Order: sequence, then structure tokens, then C-alpha cells
Amino acid sequence: MDFCNFRKKIIAVVGHYGSGKTNFAVNLALSLKANGKRVTLIDLDTVNPYFRAADAKEKLSAEGIGTIIPEFANTNVDLPSLPPEINRVFDTVKDLSRPDEFFIFDVGGSDGAVALGMYNKQILAAGGCEMIGVINMYRPLTDTPESAVADLREIEDYSRLKVTSLVNNSSIGVETTSETVLASVKYAETTAELMGVPLLSTSYIESPRVSLSDEDRFFKMKNATKQIF
Amino acid sequence: MSNKVLMKGNEALAEAAIKSGCIHFFGYPITPQTEVAEYLAKRLPKVGGLCLQAESEIAAINMVMGAAATGTRVMTSSSSPGISLKSEGISYIAGCDLPCVIVNVQRGGPGLGGIQPSQADYNQATKANAHGDMHVIVLAPSSVQEMATLAGEAFDLADIYRMPAMILADGALGQMMEPVDFDARESREIPEKTWVTNGHGGKRKKNIVNSLFMDPAALEASVVERFKRYDEIKEKEVKYEEYMTEDADIVLVAYGITSRICKSAVAAARAAGIKVGLLRPITLWPYPSGALAKLADTVKHFLVVELNMGQMVDDVKLSIECRRPVSFFGRTGGMLPTPDDVVEEIKKIAGGIA
Repeated sequence: MDFCNFRKKIIAVVGHYGSGKTNFAVNLALSLKANGKRVTLIDLDTVNPYFRAADAKEKLSAEGIGTIIPEFANTNVDLPSLPPEINRVFDTVKDLSRPDEFFIFDVGGSDGAVALGMYNKQILAAGGCEMIGVINMYRPLTDTPESAVADLREIEDYSRLKVTSLVNNSSIGVETTSETVLASVKYAETTAELMGVPLLSTSYIESPRVSLSDEDRFFKMKNATKQIF
Repeated sequence: MSNKVLMKGNEALAEAAIKSGCIHFFGYPITPQTEVAEYLAKRLPKVGGLCLQAESEIAAINMVMGAAATGTRVMTSSSSPGISLKSEGISYIAGCDLPCVIVNVQRGGPGLGGIQPSQADYNQATKANAHGDMHVIVLAPSSVQEMATLAGEAFDLADIYRMPAMILADGALGQMMEPVDFDARESREIPEKTWVTNGHGGKRKKNIVNSLFMDPAALEASVVERFKRYDEIKEKEVKYEEYMTEDADIVLVAYGITSRICKSAVAAARAAGIKVGLLRPITLWPYPSGALAKLADTVKHFLVVELNMGQMVDDVKLSIECRRPVSFFGRTGGMLPTPDDVVEEIKKIAGGIA
């Protein structure tokens, strides 16, 4: 799966807490970069105290991917402040001399989308954004298409933006297998249908337990989550 | 196909509470435990329960006392500084012989401290949750699965022994995500609650729930009776896990998130030819003193590993009556040791006993 056909330069990755947004956002950045695009990842998470895109900063920098990280991420300062550099993104988007540049916003879970709503006017003035809803069937509060849609609709309300596509990131962590991934496809298709948006792909973290064909509908990712032990 | 779901530790604990019949939650937000309340705020109304954000931790624990007196399964949750605020209420609940579950998802201290994971409330939880002659059952999960299983166990223990039970977790366990199976534990038989203040309806004598005694002799008698129950708990409810201790020269003693770091260290040290094992207390009160005393017959050296400055060391020394040396290694303030750090400490000890 490659994601080079986005029409918008701003890509907001949204979804329920723990649906795997950060893993997907980091891997999307790596994928776009590998396809020759210029990419900046913006950690817009004002909710998570521990596991977040900021953890992948070094890895992303090494790959030539820019990052905008809140000043107090992973510190003891429990303050949801966002850096002013984010405002520069919207000017860059309007710069027509840079067509191959993408800005990925990794948004905090559920009501964390309020932070995205803060930039609503600037995003719309810059031509809108691709808003990818990440869904996970193995998360209890979004385990049916109906509950997943309800959560995404809430995110739309918080951000005052519309979800434009879905990515199925149904995972049970280390116990994810080919079977658990395949068993989630129907759920994802139904959710996309109810949302009235396309399902872009089904993503999974590479592991010896998962072997899926290289079909275009699958997106193989590297684990970007901080490992403690 | 798996019946498991993927959850944060805080969420798994909250869902397990609901599955255990907890219908009331009173709390006040604090990082890194906020997901407990957030999850319950969404789920409890759907099962006919109530999740209430109180005006403070002190209000919340007193609401817990009121709900517990009616025989309802009730829980509160906080992180370190918030638990200190609940202290007085915890003592009143213990004095009233009421069951409830208290969750502490620890963060760095003292004071406002920080929001990163810590185990610096070990002494508070196991020895001085509050004033007076009293104890609280303390369970220390080490995985998201155990956040769920031990939450269920905490409700059962609290009801069986009519006392508060605490889940002593830490920020890492609260925030990390792992697969969890909610059918993994069978609930225990709970004695009928004949003491509840839910309206006698003219059919029975009125029940009084109170921790105030006019007569010192009566107060003494109530405390002595309670300590008999504590003795029964020490006899019946100690839980621990032994990992590769059979032939171990050095045994690590660690609970919660630290025990997982230690398991990795045990494997690495064994690969380097050092016979190391791990004893993981699952109940911190009652403490697995007997298991440690038995290990001291053959083990040459104990190494306590914690996310604090060595609060559990004395409990290990007392358990083994100082028959073997007990060393300590830990990080504090929200810092975590790596398995390699622990292996380095093991090597230092191994050099001394080889």
C-alpha cells in the first residue's frame, strides 16, 4: 500500500484512544518519505502522558522526517501546550512551489481531537485536510461498526472537521495473528460503509505471527511504540 | 480466534471492576490514572451505575464510605498525591469494617512530584495508609491482564474480610496496552452482607456503621477482633510468583512493572552463567515472608529492585531474619531501570559470592 495519492497536504490521523494512531502516523510518514515526499510529523497529542509520537523523534529525524513536538512531551509538566511552529505549517501548505510536501498531524484520542479543532479555521483556509480515522475492532469501546462510527462522529464534532477515509488497524498487541487481522476486515468495511468514506487499507505491525499477502489492501508497519523492557 | 481485547491497564482495571459488580465510582482526575474514571464515566451509566467526579479526593473517599455502608461494590482511584488526601477516609472505612477497592496508579514523589511511573508509595500502602491500628490488603499487578484479574480479586477479598483492598499499580502499567481476557478469573464465594445499612424495613435490628467508640475497652476489643481477621488473611491470602528460583544463588525481589524488567534481567544473567531467580510478591500486604524465609535456606544473596529508594528492603530482611545479605538497586522520580542495569548489579553481587 502506498499513500501518495492524497490530494491534501495536511493529513490528520484521528481515532479512539489506543486505536494505534501514533504507530500508523509514524509509519505513514516513513512510507511517504520512502516514496520521495517531504514529510513533517506533528505530535498534536495533548492527552497521553507516556506513549506518543515524540518517542519516535530520533528515528524520524534520522530518516529525514521533520517533527514538531510539544515542548513538555514526556516531561513531568502535565500541561497541554502546543508549540507555535504549528502555525507555520499552514503558510507552507499554501506555498505552491512545494507540491510534494505532507504534514501529518498525530491527534490525541477521542476528545483529544479538541486540539485539532483549535486549528480548524487555518486548516479550512489552507484547503482542508485528509482526515484518516483509525479503527481497531479489538478495543472494547469501538468493537462494533456502530460504536466505532459513534466515536468518529464525536471526533468530528470536537474537531469540526469531517473524516474522509478510514484505516483498519485492528490489533491485539503481541497476540495479533493473520487470523485476527483478517477477521477484522468485515468490521472495517462495514464501518467505512456506515461512515460513507473509503477504507484505505488494513494495517498491521510486522511480526512472525502475521503473514499476509502483499496485496495492496494491507499496510505492513514497524512497531514505533516505546518498549520499556 | 482469540476472545481477548486490547486495553490500557487503567481501562482493563475499570472494566474488570464493572464485571465484578462495581456500580459506583467516586474519584477526582489525576495523571496517570485518569483513564480509569474516563472509562467508567462512559460505561457505568450503561450498566445502571454511577460514576461521579467529586469536588476533591477527600470528598470522593467519603462517598465511597457511604456507598460501601449500603453493601454496594464501590471503587475509587487516584495517583500518589491523591491517595495521601484520601488517607483519613481510608482509616474511617477500615474502622467501620467496610469493603471497598482503592486504586493507586503511582507517580513520582514526594510532593506534587511528577507524572512518570514510580513505586515510591510502597511504605504508605503497606504500612501507613492512614492513622490507627489498621491494614489494607495490597495487591500489586504486573501486567494489563493482572490489572483486570487482581481488580476482581480485590473486590472479593474486600467483601470476604470486610476491609479496604488496594490495587498498587504504577503509571507504566496504567498506560501500557496489552491483550486481556476477562474470563481468566473465577469469582469467589462472598458471605452474605448482614451488616448493611440499606433500611431494616421493620424486619431486622437496625445496623450501625461507625468508627467512633465511647468506651476505650470496646474500641480495644474491636481492634483486637480486626487483627484476628488480619492473621487469617496472612495465613490464607498470600500470593507470589517464583521464577527460576529452584537452583538460584541470587534471588531478585521485585513487584509490579519492575518484576518484568527483572524477568528480562534473570534471562540475560542466566545466559551469562549466573544462577539468578526472581520472587515476585503479588500481595504486598500480606507479605510473602514465608516464601522468602524458605528461599534463604539455599539462596546466597537477595537483590531488591524497585522504583524507589529501597522501601521494600526491610521487609525482605525481616522475612529472612537477616540470614543473608540483602542489596538494593532502583531508580526513582519517574525513571525506569533497564534489564541491563539490573544485570550489572547482579554481576557485582556474583563477583562477591563466586
